Amino acid sequence: MEGIKIAGAIITLVGAIFIFLGGLGLVRMPDLFNRIQAGTKASTLGTILSLIGLAMVNEGWIWKLLIIIVFVLITNPVSSNMIARAAHHRGEKLTGQTLTDMLEEETDNSKEMEDEL
Amino acid sequence: MNIRNIVNLFVLLFLIWLMLTGTLEPVSIAVGLLLAAGLSIAFGKNSMVFGKLRFTPKMFYYTFLYLVVFGWELIKSNFKVALLVINPKLPINPGIIKVKTKLKSPMGRMILANSVTLTPGTLTIDIIGDTFYIHWIDVKTLDPEEAGREIIGKFEKYLEVIYG
Repeated sequence: MEGIKIAGAIITLVGAIFIFLGGLGLVRMPDLFNRIQAGTKASTLGTILSLIGLAMVNEGWIWKLLIIIVFVLITNPVSSNMIARAAHHRGEKLTGQTLTDMLEEETDNSKEMEDEL
Repeated sequence: MNIRNIVNLFVLLFLIWLMLTGTLEPVSIAVGLLLAAGLSIAFGKNSMVFGKLRFTPKMFYYTFLYLVVFGWELIKSNFKVALLVINPKLPINPGIIKVKTKLKSPMGRMILANSVTLTPGTLTIDIIGDTFYIHWIDVKTLDPEEAGREIIGKFEKYLEVIYG
């Protein structure tokens, strides 16, 4: 019993480290899209590991924590996708290191087509 | 068709109820059954989630395989992005590329887009027609076909069987 609790605490700690790295990425990354990459998603594994660790420490919570994990997995990508999409439509600047922006080309083309019509 | 939607929604809601309450007391189960029945009858008609899903052994097998592949990718790419962040040089190579998908059903496409977003390093920004626009933190190739194999290929072959 004691062993499982210690293992759970260690797993929660590893999860916390991942969440910390996500936060660090939020500060270090050069533009909005890269920040979303590091900030909201390096933390998915962190959140899941923290919750699994908690479930090992307190067995009574296992099912509730499982539901939280499923909800995190459903809502997390939807929200980061919506933020990125809105930012791109608004014309958020990409960092100078960016290689290519094929979505920009596409929307430019559709604008030209609208003008022709 | 309608009945099947209602039954699927009922089972899902009742399972969530069981997990949330965490007891098997008769009173709690009775309340859960009533609530699940009421909600699924009220909303089952409009629920698209189970629209064309066929519950066959093959589908469950592929769902399981998909979850395994997805979990492995999630762990792998989390480590990759974490290593990127602590690297003093910050060796990122970002870009927005486009990738075409073979999936036809809206549900399959949604799950594919969300899987791509959940694996760090790639982020779906927009879907126009059958083209995904993906922000890739470390662009390896600009060719849509090759990028498609690299990013969505491993998910696509399972989702194709599950959703068609």
